[in-house]
Amino acid sequence: MAETKIRVLIAKPGLDGHDRGAKVVARALRDAGMEVIYIGLRQTPEMIVEAALQEDVDVVGLSILSGAHMAIVPRVIHLLEEYGLSNVAVFLGGIIPDEDVLVLRELGVRGIYGPGTFLDDIVQEIRREVTAH
Amino acid sequence: MQDQGKIESVRQAKEQWEDTTLRNTLERWPERCESFITTSSEPVERLYTPLDIADLDYERDLSFPGQYPFTRGVHPTMYRGRLWTMRMFAGFGSAEETNARYKYLLAHGETGLSVAFDFPTLYGYDTDHPLAAGEFGRCGVAISCLADMEILFDGIPVDEITTSMTINGPAAVIWAMYIAAAEKRGIPMGKLGGTIQNDILKEYIAQKSWLLPPEPSMRLIVDTFVFGSKYLPKWNTISISGYHIREAGSTAAQELAFTLADGLAYVQAAIERGLDVDSFAPRLSFFFNAHNDFFEEIAKYRAARRIWAREMKERFQAKDPRSWWMRFHTQTAGCSLTAQQPENNIVRTAIQALAAVLGGTQSLHTNSMDEALALPSELAVRVALRTQQIIAHESGVVNSVDPLAGSYLIESLTNRLEAQAYEYFDKIEALGGVIPAIKQGFFQREIAASAYRYQREIEERQRVVVGVNEHVSDEPLSIPLLKMDPEGERRQRERLARLCRERDNALLQERLAALRQAAQGDENMMPHILGAVRAHATLGEVCDVLREVFGEYRETAII
Repeated sequence: MAETKIRVLIAKPGLDGHDRGAKVVARALRDAGMEVIYIGLRQTPEMIVEAALQEDVDVVGLSILSGAHMAIVPRVIHLLEEYGLSNVAVFLGGIIPDEDVLVLRELGVRGIYGPGTFLDDIVQEIRREVTAH
Repeated sequence: MQDQGKIESVRQAKEQWEDTTLRNTLERWPERCESFITTSSEPVERLYTPLDIADLDYERDLSFPGQYPFTRGVHPTMYRGRLWTMRMFAGFGSAEETNARYKYLLAHGETGLSVAFDFPTLYGYDTDHPLAAGEFGRCGVAISCLADMEILFDGIPVDEITTSMTINGPAAVIWAMYIAAAEKRGIPMGKLGGTIQNDILKEYIAQKSWLLPPEPSMRLIVDTFVFGSKYLPKWNTISISGYHIREAGSTAAQELAFTLADGLAYVQAAIERGLDVDSFAPRLSFFFNAHNDFFEEIAKYRAARRIWAREMKERFQAKDPRSWWMRFHTQTAGCSLTAQQPENNIVRTAIQALAAVLGGTQSLHTNSMDEALALPSELAVRVALRTQQIIAHESGVVNSVDPLAGSYLIESLTNRLEAQAYEYFDKIEALGGVIPAIKQGFFQREIAASAYRYQREIEERQRVVVGVNEHVSDEPLSIPLLKMDPEGERRQRERLARLCRERDNALLQERLAALRQAAQGDENMMPHILGAVRAHATLGEVCDVLREVFGEYRETAII
């Protein structure tokens, strides 16, 4: 049976310019057979959710290394709900302190990946999360 | 050039060694891998011999330190005369907190300052801008106005110490604030020494904090060259940076080639504006990364000096020897730090710092062990600074100039990196130059491909990262992390609001209008930026005028 491709939106919210991780992950997901839409830098939560709607994605991947995640990620989740996209799985990569990880998990972020994470682990977890829901 | 008969004899001896001694050993004890590679995935040979540098001409290719082509260093005595400047990149939270950190670092023996700004400042937005939400003081200090700048350097002798500022899109504005803050203390601008990064090309390529499109950005940069050469003779008006290119994932050869290509593009732009090359070239400075691969890094710095000297002398016909020399700052590789077992980062940083010193750096920042987790704590930054001091005073490597010269390996790698840089220069030329190549996504694609390959090599265990894919431990984190003052943002927002109420707003509008007019015409914008800042224009207000006149840059996202 042919599987439908998992559609992933990758975005860099806020003013953070560190896009190495986002790009590496985007490539790995694409190489793993997913449909990846990379919308790049300086995205507001509104722009991200709008794109998620337009592109009809299963997953939104956010990359934030600036420390602004607590101002941005809850807003993205809130807007996804508002747009009726609460089935879209949100994943986060970056430098996220442990205490924030707990809060963001509680809010519904499915996976949070810090420095040193293996690409294959991210691929597996996204697959698992998307097919399980 | 070496004696051909001698070379032939070495060749024969080497073949014999390979057929006998080496073969016997390999049969009994094969090597650990099929092939060995550098951090940049370049092959490394088992052994380097005179055969690898048979064409090396000592006087032509190396010469003596302080002499063209400066391969062995820009000063005749190097660290015997003066040690490098120990310049720790620092900035977080409010101006008050960062000022306290500078005083701490100076008290512990650092010899130069280096300012890290937060993202809103890097993009030319004030602290109260909607896009600044959540970013205040996160990646550096927030500076929105002259009052913030005055607090940042309060009690620091800016006429005696040099300050480097990592600021690019809004570099002219931040520089003007530094100048105006010093003026208020009675220090004339001619006495100020330091550096503004002001390197917009690598922003489009790698660091991604830009303000304007490339063409007006280049104009603004040349404006600062002109202003600096007239009024601030001790100031480096640009620090052409490979650091961020490397951090974004490039190889050593890409870092070298793209940085020098950017440098040549700035020189070209200034010459096209009618400047005499020797009027500005001595104030150009550079900034490189020090990554893990010890010998590859040392070779990179040596190749950089040789290429730059040659291009300045031969391509641009510079006459002043100070236009030929490449002076550079180095920072150890942030991207090499691991969040796992952070104490190991002290060792990585020490090795990288040693490479920078053996490569002849003029100033050095050493990263702190905790930087894959947070901004550095006092403890972590002190250990990082002590690392430099130990290299300087205990290791002995500073006692002789360019001590690795003549190593078959080092000279061979230097030659290879030089050749790779020229191959890239040709490719960039074929795309129409640096700015067209940026617009076509050339650099971005090259870097992304290298970054991806590097990550794959780690995952496939072709590359061992201690604590990450080998020697893993799940002991809990045992180092203290920095906590920022939660009141800093409120304090700084209030200061900004008060300033906007209390300043002479009529004068301010006049100054901003003068800047707008200069921007629309072809007058040098720098005196007008300084005028606006003296009248307490905020960073955002000045940048808004520039954005209004020139528009903003938008990147095409490439993976």
